[in-house]
Amino acid sequence: MAEQGSVDLNLVASTVNGSGSQSANLVLTRAVFAMGIPVAPKNLFPSNIEGLPTWFYLRANSAGYRAGRRRADLLVALDRATFQADIARLEPGGVLVFEEAFGAPPVEEGRPPLHLYPVPFGRLAKESVPDPDLRKYLTNMIYVGVVAEILGIPDTALEEALTHQFRTKPKALAANREALALGRDYFRANLTKIDSLRLRPLDRTSGQLLLEGNQTAALGAIMGGCTVLAWYPITPSSSLAEHLIGLADRYRIDPESGERRIATIQAEDELAAAGMVLGAGWAGARAMTTTSGPGISLMAEFVGLGYYAEIPAVFVDIQRVGPSTGLPTRTMQGDVSFAYTLSHGDTRHPVLLPGTVLECYEFLQQAFDLAEQLQTPVFVLSDLDLGMNLWMTDPLPYPEQGFERGKVLHKAELDQMQRFERYRDVDGDGVPWRTLPGTEHPLAAYFTRGSGHDEAARYTESEETYTRVMDRLARKLETGRDRLPAPVVDGESAEVGILAYGSSHHAVVEARDILKAKGTATEYLRLRALPAAPEVADFVARHSRVYVVDQNRDGQMHQILQVELGPQLAGRLRSVRHYDGLPLFAADLVEAIQREEGTAAAASRPASVAGMAR
Amino acid sequence: MAAVTAKTNPLGLSRDDYKGLATTLCAGCGHNSITNHIVKALYDHGVDPYRLAKMSGIGCSSKATAYFVERAHAFNAVHGRMPAVTTGAAVANRELLFLGISGDGDTASIGLGQFCHLLRRNVDCTYIVENNGVYGLTKGQFSATADPGSVQRKGTVNQLETIDIAGLAVQLGASFVARSFSGDGQQLVPLLRAALSHRGTAVLDVISPCVAFNDHEGSTKSYHYVKEHELVLHGLDFIPQQTEVAVDYAEGTSTDVELHDGSHLRLRKLGREHDPQDRLSALRVIDEGRQSAEVVTGLLYVNPAAPDLCTMENLPQSPLRDLGEAELRLTPDQFAALLREWQ
Repeated sequence: MAEQGSVDLNLVASTVNGSGSQSANLVLTRAVFAMGIPVAPKNLFPSNIEGLPTWFYLRANSAGYRAGRRRADLLVALDRATFQADIARLEPGGVLVFEEAFGAPPVEEGRPPLHLYPVPFGRLAKESVPDPDLRKYLTNMIYVGVVAEILGIPDTALEEALTHQFRTKPKALAANREALALGRDYFRANLTKIDSLRLRPLDRTSGQLLLEGNQTAALGAIMGGCTVLAWYPITPSSSLAEHLIGLADRYRIDPESGERRIATIQAEDELAAAGMVLGAGWAGARAMTTTSGPGISLMAEFVGLGYYAEIPAVFVDIQRVGPSTGLPTRTMQGDVSFAYTLSHGDTRHPVLLPGTVLECYEFLQQAFDLAEQLQTPVFVLSDLDLGMNLWMTDPLPYPEQGFERGKVLHKAELDQMQRFERYRDVDGDGVPWRTLPGTEHPLAAYFTRGSGHDEAARYTESEETYTRVMDRLARKLETGRDRLPAPVVDGESAEVGILAYGSSHHAVVEARDILKAKGTATEYLRLRALPAAPEVADFVARHSRVYVVDQNRDGQMHQILQVELGPQLAGRLRSVRHYDGLPLFAADLVEAIQREEGTAAAASRPASVAGMAR
Repeated sequence: MAAVTAKTNPLGLSRDDYKGLATTLCAGCGHNSITNHIVKALYDHGVDPYRLAKMSGIGCSSKATAYFVERAHAFNAVHGRMPAVTTGAAVANRELLFLGISGDGDTASIGLGQFCHLLRRNVDCTYIVENNGVYGLTKGQFSATADPGSVQRKGTVNQLETIDIAGLAVQLGASFVARSFSGDGQQLVPLLRAALSHRGTAVLDVISPCVAFNDHEGSTKSYHYVKEHELVLHGLDFIPQQTEVAVDYAEGTSTDVELHDGSHLRLRKLGREHDPQDRLSALRVIDEGRQSAEVVTGLLYVNPAAPDLCTMENLPQSPLRDLGEAELRLTPDQFAALLREWQ
């Protein structure tokens, strides 16, 4: 049983893509949020404009867990095509709100009966909204009214959510308000509450924001001084570019001249986008691209050039499910291995791994500093779950530091020098000095190339020189290791360690609580960058078993760490893999770890995620 | 004996100041002639070496950026990708003068897509294609600009249609398109200078015979063939901005094109009617040349008024790369207001 006053409710709404379900889902999310209850909304949407099934998961829980849950306590079924399959998503004895015309589902032997609320959504909409185009968009808002009545969401919260959602569209606001009332009134007049689900106001959302990772990353890019964005549209990264362009339109236009302090170029493909970023980075601008798996496949060639010619550039990869086109609208951490050593030959790139929307903001800023400090392409690996879903977060802090622009020689410094060699390691940290084209000094110019070169950037095929340059590049990355975001370690010493990264963090936080309640204490290291910091080896060394959580089939981070930590520690690493395209759920993680620990309990759902206020 | 005083241009630089490393291309390669013409054009034009950015892709042609103006930065990119790199650099610093050198494989095969989009964006640069119809570094395969019926050194006949770079560029709406011949400095130097004065992408498709792999009988890109089949559209004189435009030709025998920076390109008529500010006329002379197996050279098309990418993007005149926190970040007040809005 959940403790008194605690809430853990998982709602799933099954609708048809393109039917305005997004607005309805957001209004419901904001209404629960306005009640002071932490929310974790997730969209599972198809690669489609309209007509295919789409699911919305809304988890409301007082503990503030931000991961989703697989099974629904309350299902809103508005898509006939998936009706039967959707019912299987319900917890036993769960609540089913469905289009009356679908007919009541048969009672399943041996399972507690569902609580059924048939609602004639289609008929209600038809009767009250004469315009068929508009009707399509309002049907979903009717479900919000019904759900609000079932869960006891107060009008004040609904009104707050409605006005937020339609703040710039007064006409739509009125129509949606009516549609919502329609659902609520229908329930009051025709149905009786027969279930025990109920949401009661809490005070756990004040000062919090609901933001998407792509939105915060875009603000990070703006605050990080990005002046060139080159991109090619691809789900799930396009919204980052679009948010960035939106911010640029507001904050990067000179009020007097009207000039725009950023170039945002929609390239002809990802390959060209990468080339533009390198060109701009070479010329001294803070340049980035944002893409997803198929895009980085195309960018591989240029990333190798950036590595070898030592050009600052920021590559953001909002990962989706591969290989190939894969599941374009589902989430995965499938590009870790590929991005880390992207391109042919020996290459290795700093990879930042944000785990929260706050880190999407912070790491984007840091990526520009690192790229210029290390003069190399820097990757930021987010994913669809983090990038495209709303997450509750603390407010984003205003940056405290200025830009770190790395080792650049200007005319004044060159005037003091006898000699300048672009690739000479004068400081012993593997990072040479560079000049920018346009520098008015006879020593400044050098020849940038992806072919073999010596310290003075001259073409060479000399084996000694080639080896020397490659060794320095490896040393340069070692210099970078200390500047990368350090791992975050949580928990007291325990036999079992968990190591995770990126969006898996949220399921891990919850899973650790569950495991602890079941008697398995864990210590947790959240990796925030590659190459791995020295703390990782220390962490692994003090545990007999460390579960490395990957959202991919092959346990990519597990493999990377096995190699990086070496044979002595590799044996302590155990791989936990999740790769069905859905976000990681805590219960699955618990089950996997318990199975490995040999303590797996009965398959029944653990009490502490059981769910709902009763 | 009188003291030798080196001649200098208005910047006080000698022609040697525009030289680069010694070429590593074959003796007699058309590309080396083009390099010499580039040196002359840059010297005559008084281009500031520090403002020049030399861009290239991969191939024999792309090596050429090492052989002139050693004091300018250069970026030898990957195969066929010079347009993207140039686009990024051009928006980062619009004070630079971009001179790109590509080849027919680099432009018409592996880089065809990027080439097309460079033109669409009208990125401010000079884009020279050193066109020899053949892959040199990989030892003589046909490129996409080889003409149908053209014979490879070992006797293979090309059956595929040619991609006419100049025709394609005009078709795509490029703002400056010319064709020339590596052996014709009289024509190429004024065209190069006009290209440097043009704002936007200036494409110069320069036939440049490959002495190693494509200079034999049966080739349509050999010295002999081009000499025999060149159809010169007009005589050309470049008249710099500061020079008064003196009328020294009989009326009707020449026309002037005024370029973006106020300089002029004078076109002396040679019999063939062609108005280079008329796209249809350009497409017609290109197509007629193709029908009659002639190499039509001269200024094919120019639109001096077309806006370039930086203009369309409304970028500041000073380089984006020089902007700092004050210009790029939201102020604390703006930031706080945005977060309230996001609340």
